[in-house]
Amino acid sequence: MSDGEVVASFVVPVHPHTVLAPDQNPGWRRLRDAFDGAAQTIRDLEADLIIVYSTTWPSIIGHQIQSDPNPEWVMVDHDFHDLGSIHYSFNIDAEFAHAWDDANRNRGLQSRCVNYKGFPIDVGSVVALTLLNPDNAIPAVIVSSNMYANRSETTVLAKSCLDVIKAQGRRAVAVTAMSLSNRMFTDFIEPNDDKIHSLKDDEWNRKILEFLEQGRLEDVGQLSRTIHQQIRVQKVVAFKPMWWLSAMNGNRNDLTGRVLAYEAIHGAGGAVVHLDPAASGAGDKEYDEDDVEYFHGERGVLDTVDESDEGQQHEVEPPVEHGSGPELWEPTDAEGSVNTNAAPKPVGAYPHARRVGNMLFLSGVGPRQPGTNAIPGGPIHDEEGNPLAYDIKAQTHAVVDNVKRIVEEAGATMDQIVDVTTFLVDMKRDFQGYNEVWAETLGKVGPTRTTLAIDALPTPIAVEMKVIVHMPE
Amino acid sequence: MAKGKIVAGCIAPHPPHLVYAENPPQNEPVAEGGWEQLRWGYERLRASLADVEYDAIVLLSPHWQTYVGTHFLGLDHFEGLSVDPIFPNLFRYHYNMNVDVELAKAIHDEAAAAGLPVKMMENPDFRVDYGTITTGHLFNPDWDKPLVVISSNRSTAYYSVEVMQEIMIELGRVTRKAIESSGKKVVVLASNSLSHRHFTTESEVPEDMSKEHITSHAMHLWDMRIIDYMRTGQAQRILDEMPEFTEQAIAESDGGGLSWLLSTLDVPNYPAILHGYGTIIGTGNAVVEWPCHAHEVSEA
Ligand SMILES: [Fe+2]
Repeated sequence: MSDGEVVASFVVPVHPHTVLAPDQNPGWRRLRDAFDGAAQTIRDLEADLIIVYSTTWPSIIGHQIQSDPNPEWVMVDHDFHDLGSIHYSFNIDAEFAHAWDDANRNRGLQSRCVNYKGFPIDVGSVVALTLLNPDNAIPAVIVSSNMYANRSETTVLAKSCLDVIKAQGRRAVAVTAMSLSNRMFTDFIEPNDDKIHSLKDDEWNRKILEFLEQGRLEDVGQLSRTIHQQIRVQKVVAFKPMWWLSAMNGNRNDLTGRVLAYEAIHGAGGAVVHLDPAASGAGDKEYDEDDVEYFHGERGVLDTVDESDEGQQHEVEPPVEHGSGPELWEPTDAEGSVNTNAAPKPVGAYPHARRVGNMLFLSGVGPRQPGTNAIPGGPIHDEEGNPLAYDIKAQTHAVVDNVKRIVEEAGATMDQIVDVTTFLVDMKRDFQGYNEVWAETLGKVGPTRTTLAIDALPTPIAVEMKVIVHMPE
Repeated sequence: MAKGKIVAGCIAPHPPHLVYAENPPQNEPVAEGGWEQLRWGYERLRASLADVEYDAIVLLSPHWQTYVGTHFLGLDHFEGLSVDPIFPNLFRYHYNMNVDVELAKAIHDEAAAAGLPVKMMENPDFRVDYGTITTGHLFNPDWDKPLVVISSNRSTAYYSVEVMQEIMIELGRVTRKAIESSGKKVVVLASNSLSHRHFTTESEVPEDMSKEHITSHAMHLWDMRIIDYMRTGQAQRILDEMPEFTEQAIAESDGGGLSWLLSTLDVPNYPAILHGYGTIIGTGNAVVEWPCHAHEVSEA
């Protein structure tokens, strides 16, 4: 199986005019022709998956992914019902939907699949799939736009999607169903009188399209907040689709962009844009926000807090990734200290290990990964302290790996470990899993061992080991 | 023809959770109860109006969201399946409802005459929004009265709460005028919550009431303040504080229903009856009745 990839991305407008009334206005016709051209491009690329991120499908409980293999119904727009009805019957890749849902949870996102007869697929998705995939030849997936989601959540949503594209070796097309400026005329107009609502909206739209034409998708992502303030009716908390699409393309600024059409739909800015992953030679990133890999919660919603956590909100440290956790320190240098870049950075002023005579004492070692600080098996809680599902075995394996790196840096070997003290934050839940991994690893070496239950560790991890090694003279 | 009148005005919120918890035959998912405080509130509201005669229900739902003007359901009958796009796990309801098109058209025409952009919705494939269905069911589970359904114009998002309220006060004024001219007795319903900050997670069992509470103290204070104004006949203060309330409590009054209701009731200075208050995934909801029939002198 080939490596999966995003073979093309498209920005497409959401209103039903391009499906139901393309000939009532020359601009709507040009948008429709652009849609038809995009559909042909998708066929020519032999894409095997179309992924739609729709701004007209809001969700509250995390992100929702359509997983009905064949959703069928009749869509009538809430505003433009007099244009007619769109009968739809789509070909949804339910297997991909479920895999994406799982991948979301692995990356800390709240997510669920929806598979209900009669589910009202939103206008943006209906328009996009009707026109981009007219004969349903290519399976599709649709994801909602969470009302409260902001940048990191939306970015991670794309990364988990990429996880699955890669794992399944898919040739995917990423589509954002969205308006640019989304202010419509608030009164009824004749089709021929349609134009962009205001000059300011038009100027911003053209600026966005100029960036996209140059393949500078990451830059548009960086401008999302500004765009939201300038030309978006404040219906939701952020202008998210460009974050998603940028992350789907590896947050690059050197894509090959082509604006296929830009027209007004009842005053809103509608554009069909094709972004080809081929490098255009344009500039690289000039300014980057953190490239988030894992979602730790940032919506500021007062989610249900486990009562047992409440008393220790200030002691339990937030997660470690990307500057949001405890400060990371360079390992301390002192006589006999042993430090290595192959182990995670300390969270205080101490070395990874210290040698005294033929004894080597390790500082407490957790599962954090050197470099990324990611926690294999996932962190045990989010930033607000809400517990998360995590894998104790994966964490324990990672601890043992980190121990090995430090021990070997000191010129010692694992079989010279003589004593280990293990700290678990949840003895009841985790002892068995930890014990299994122990048996497969350090248990074979044979050090003495003490396992303690403790209240918390400084980072959101479940296990840490304190190790003593006896080295040959 | 006798002058038409409004017999009652109510805040009748529409969380699908309440229908789900009740297990009516029309709804597919099955629950083990939940949100009883609010469901009992609805029971009390229905009992309170059991002996009050009326011909039609006029309802404004924030989940029929229109950006271009205000729309009215314009066909006699709608039926179909309503699946909540946000809580499809809780609400998949087979509806069958009648519309008082005559009254809808009368309000539409009055609004048009007042210069408001309006439109009748006459596409038979249209799916009635789940806010309308939920409130319609909870207020009148027998569905034996025709409804007038008014969309929620999104002027709060487009402009401001102040502009929204100007429009809704005008829409309320013409709604009242059209009802009076119709000779009909009518109940008017604003289908909306009060404070409206949701939890973004759902417990394993959605009806697990040990997980249900208001999202924050500030939300609670706002809800109680607004309810207090209702119970003490201070509707004008609600209108006066609407911008702050809507913004700070992220209230569903942004859809205009509450402003429209109070205007339709001519900004009542008599106390409303609080039938129930409760939270639904963190949002504040009240079932409230203004018993107009007991306060307004009949000119019939
Ligand atoms: Fe609602």
